[in-house]
Amino acid sequence: MTDKFDKTPADEPPTGSSASKETTATAHPEQIKAIPVRHYGRWVSGAVVLVLLGWLAFAFAQGDIRWATITDYLFDGRILQGALNTIIISVLSMLIGLVLGIVFAVMRLSKNPVTGAVAWLYIWFFRGTPVYVQLLLWFNLALIFPILNIGFYKDEMVDVMTPFLVALLGLGLNEGAYMAEIVRAGIQSVDEGQTEASHALGMSNGKTMRRVVLPQAMRVIVPPTGNEFINLLKTSSLVSAVQYTDLLRAATNIGSTSFAIMEMLIVASIWYLALTSVFSVGQYYVERYYARGSLRQLPPTPWQRVKTNLRFLQSPRGV
Amino acid sequence: MTAMVKAEGVHKSYGAAHILKGIDLEVAPREVFCLIGPSGSGKSTFLRCINHLEKINAGRLWVDGELVGYRQKGDKLYELKDSEVALQRRDIGMVFQRFNLFPHMTAVENVMEAPIQVKGEAKAVARERALKLLDRVGLGDKAGNYPSQLSGGQQQRVAIARALAMEPKLMLFDEPTSALDPELVGDVLDVMRGLAEDGMTMVVVTHEMGFAREVGDNLVFMDGGVVVESGNPRDVLTNPQHDRTKAFLSKVL
Repeated sequence: MTDKFDKTPADEPPTGSSASKETTATAHPEQIKAIPVRHYGRWVSGAVVLVLLGWLAFAFAQGDIRWATITDYLFDGRILQGALNTIIISVLSMLIGLVLGIVFAVMRLSKNPVTGAVAWLYIWFFRGTPVYVQLLLWFNLALIFPILNIGFYKDEMVDVMTPFLVALLGLGLNEGAYMAEIVRAGIQSVDEGQTEASHALGMSNGKTMRRVVLPQAMRVIVPPTGNEFINLLKTSSLVSAVQYTDLLRAATNIGSTSFAIMEMLIVASIWYLALTSVFSVGQYYVERYYARGSLRQLPPTPWQRVKTNLRFLQSPRGV
Repeated sequence: MTAMVKAEGVHKSYGAAHILKGIDLEVAPREVFCLIGPSGSGKSTFLRCINHLEKINAGRLWVDGELVGYRQKGDKLYELKDSEVALQRRDIGMVFQRFNLFPHMTAVENVMEAPIQVKGEAKAVARERALKLLDRVGLGDKAGNYPSQLSGGQQQRVAIARALAMEPKLMLFDEPTSALDPELVGDVLDVMRGLAEDGMTMVVVTHEMGFAREVGDNLVFMDGGVVVESGNPRDVLTNPQHDRTKAFLSKVL
C-alpha cells in the first residue's frame, strides 16, 4: 500500500445548519381569531350516554344486593388466599407456557423434520381442544393410568395429580401452545440480516439466537404475551372445576354457605379487575423496556401521560 | 506468500439460477481488491461465499491458505461443523450494504458484543477497545447512541468498527455506501481509506469508481457470473479492453 493518499481527519458528525435560526427570527404573524365550529352532535350523544348510565346505576341501586356483604368479604382471609392462589397458578402456568413456547417455537423452526412435526402436533392438539376439556383430562388421568410408574418413582395417580398439579399442567401446556405461535412469529419478524451479521462476526447459532434474535423478537412477543397472561388470569377461574381453590372457588364457597351468591361473584370480579389492572401496568413497562433502540424516543410512562393530560385539561385548546 | 483469498472455478447456483459460473481470482495480503459490475452479476454473492454465508456448489475457495467451509482429506471433502465455520469467520470481518447493526444495543455495545461473546474478552477490556475503535471511525461521542439515533453514514462506520473489533485479517465490504445519502458517502470512504493505509486486506464490492481508482490495488469487472476483465483499477477504468466493460463504465462514470 502506498501512502500517497492523504488521510483526511476523521469526519465530524453532521452538525445542524444555521437555517433554523433564520426562521425563529421572523416576526410572529397575526393569529387567526375565528369562531369554532359547534359540535351539537357531541353534546346530544354525550347526554344520551349519561342518561343510560344513570339508568343502569339506578337499576343496580334498586336491585336486591347486600352491599355491606361485599365490603365485609372483600378482604376476607379465604378470598385473599383464593386471589393469591389465582396469582400463583397464573404466574407458574405462564412461566411453563413461556418455556414450552420458546422450546416448541425453536423446534418448529428447526431444520429437523422430526422436531418440526412434533412441535406442530403439540400445537395442533393443545390449541385445537378447549382448555376446560384439557383440565378434565388431567383431572381424570387416574381412570386410565391408576398407577404412575416412571422407573425410579411409583405412586397412585390420584395422589400425584393434586388439584394444583392438574391446574398447572392443564393451563401451562395449553398456554405453551399459544406461546409457541407467538414466539415463532416474533423470531420470524427479525430481519435475516441480523443473523447474517451475527454469524459473520463468528457467533454461534445459540449465541445468535440468545443475544441477537430473541431480544429483538421480544418486541413482537411481549404485547401479545401480556394479553395472553391477562387472558390466563381469567381463564384460571376454570380450575375451580378441578377442585383447586382459586379466587372464584373461594368466592363461590362462601357464597353458597352464606346465600350471598351474587355478592361473592361481585367480590371475585373486583379482585379479577384489580389483578388484571395491575398486570396491565406491568406489561406497559415491560413493553417500554423492549422498545429501546427501536424508537427514537420512548413513549411516556402512564404517570407522565397523566401529567400531560392534566396540563391539557387546564388549557382546553391543548396548546 | 500465500494469497489471502484464492478462488478456483467457484460456482454457485440457487436452484435453476446459475449465479457464479467459475470464478478464479487471487487477493494478496494487504491488498485492496475491488469488485465492480452490474447488479445481478454475482459480485455480492461471491463476496458472501468468502465467509461461507453462501455455500459454493463447485470449485475451491481458500482464505489465508485454509479451505472455506470444508476440510479435505485425501480426495474426500468433509463439510465443516457450524462451530468450525464460526471459528473461520472470526478472522473475516464483513460490512453489509444495510449495516445490520444490532438495533437493541448501543453503538459501543454493538462493537463489544463479538469480542465478549466469541473471544470471551472481559467486559471492561472490550469496552475500552470498542471506545477506541469508535474514536477511530470518528464516533467517539456517539458510543451511547442506539443505531436508530444515528445517520446511515454513522451506522455504517459503527458497523466497520464492529467488524474491526474482532481484529480480522480480511475485511469484506458489500456495497458499503450504496444505501447512504450522497453527502454521507465520503465519511465512510474516508474510514475505508484509512484502513487501507494501515495495511488491511480488503475485498470491496462497490459502485464508487473514484474509490476504486484511488485506493484499489486490483479491480475485477464481473458480468453474468464470470470475471470479464481484471487488472490495475486505473488501467481498467480508463482503458477498458472488453466491450461489456466499456458498456458498463459508460453508464456509471
